[in-house]
Amino acid sequence: MKLAISINGNKLDSPFDPRFGRAAAFCLVESETGAWTVHENPALSASGGAGVQAAQFVAKLGAQAVISGAYGPNAADTLSPAGIEMYLMPGNETCTAAEVLALFKAGKLSKTAAATHAGHHGGAH
Amino acid sequence: MRIVVASGKGGTGKTTIATSLALAAGEGVRFLDCDVEAPNAALFLAPQLTERKEVGILLPVVDENICTHCGRCAEVCEFHAIAMIGKKTLVFPELCHGCGSCTLLCLEKAISERLEVMGVLESGPTPAGIDFAQGVMNVGEPMAVPIIRELKKWQRFGLDTAENHRLLDQQFEIRDAPPGASCPVVETMRDSDFLLLVTEPTPFGLHDLKQVAEIARELGIPAGVVVNRDGIGDNAVEAYCAEAGLPILLRIPMERRFAEAIAQGQTLVEVAPEYREKFLLLLTKIQGYVQETMA
Repeated sequence: MKLAISINGNKLDSPFDPRFGRAAAFCLVESETGAWTVHENPALSASGGAGVQAAQFVAKLGAQAVISGAYGPNAADTLSPAGIEMYLMPGNETCTAAEVLALFKAGKLSKTAAATHAGHHGGAH
Repeated sequence: MRIVVASGKGGTGKTTIATSLALAAGEGVRFLDCDVEAPNAALFLAPQLTERKEVGILLPVVDENICTHCGRCAEVCEFHAIAMIGKKTLVFPELCHGCGSCTLLCLEKAISERLEVMGVLESGPTPAGIDFAQGVMNVGEPMAVPIIRELKKWQRFGLDTAENHRLLDQQFEIRDAPPGASCPVVETMRDSDFLLLVTEPTPFGLHDLKQVAEIARELGIPAGVVVNRDGIGDNAVEAYCAEAGLPILLRIPMERRFAEAIAQGQTLVEVAPEYREKFLLLLTKIQGYVQETMA
């Protein structure tokens, strides 16, 4: 299964980033073989709609599931119709993408079907 | 001639200055309350709001029967309000700014638009003969800019004709800006002829004055300063204006009777009629600066 893990760095050993839309990058990893690549998140600097943009990005990368710490409503509304599963990794412990992958393989991560928090949008601009 | 009264910092006296300026300018002046999140100039000018119009933005509606899922709309959307996921086109109304790029650039003409109402425009005459209009944003809406844009476009004669534009150009227009220094303020200032920046001689007043003065420079619109509550605080505003080449056009001292009258819904020129002349002089100065800029 192709997984996209939100990370802050450029390798599998980089720290996990609990944010989805504003993650620095995504580590795309094939859970069976362990083969991985890292892709900078184009939504990091978006003025708005980061969740939508990041979701489209991981969909284009061919991810079948995402592991992140939280999903906003727009991210969830884009990932769900794309058939991409959303896994939750508790974000209050520091760990690497490799460790997240190990937890996923061990079946320790829970799935969510909906957004985990309200949107960030709504500020004056 | 279009004059915008702005300040950055809230509560410096934008509405106090704008309403008195309008009363001094006299009958026929157009007054726009562009602080659509909390318009309050009507409390002072007491217009009879006889006209009303619902406004908002045009949201894209995608006809999935025509859409070829080429993804062009999602690509051109600067705000990521349209996403293309496989064979589905998703629209996120709360991210849409209503720019119309997706509709315009859809090769298949699969996108139509529907009006998403975000607020109302209201207008009518005041007892003093001011042609008053305000925008009122619906509670919970995140974007004020579309309402301000519509308010500026709203012709009092109803029709968007050359003759009406000529009449409007001859007319004095005073716009009371929202506080802050973000998009709604910029939209209020756009296509105006002069920016009257109201400040107070305090560190907060100065901090925000610098921000709006910076916007004025960026937009290339001449600006001048009104120092309200003159006599409090320090001399930093004075020093900044001298350094930045911003003329101080009017000073209003800190006086308890002004504060009391304004708290009761009176205007400055009502409580202190001697200010009528000062505001007329202010208008003359502004006209001078505008003519200088145009020359």
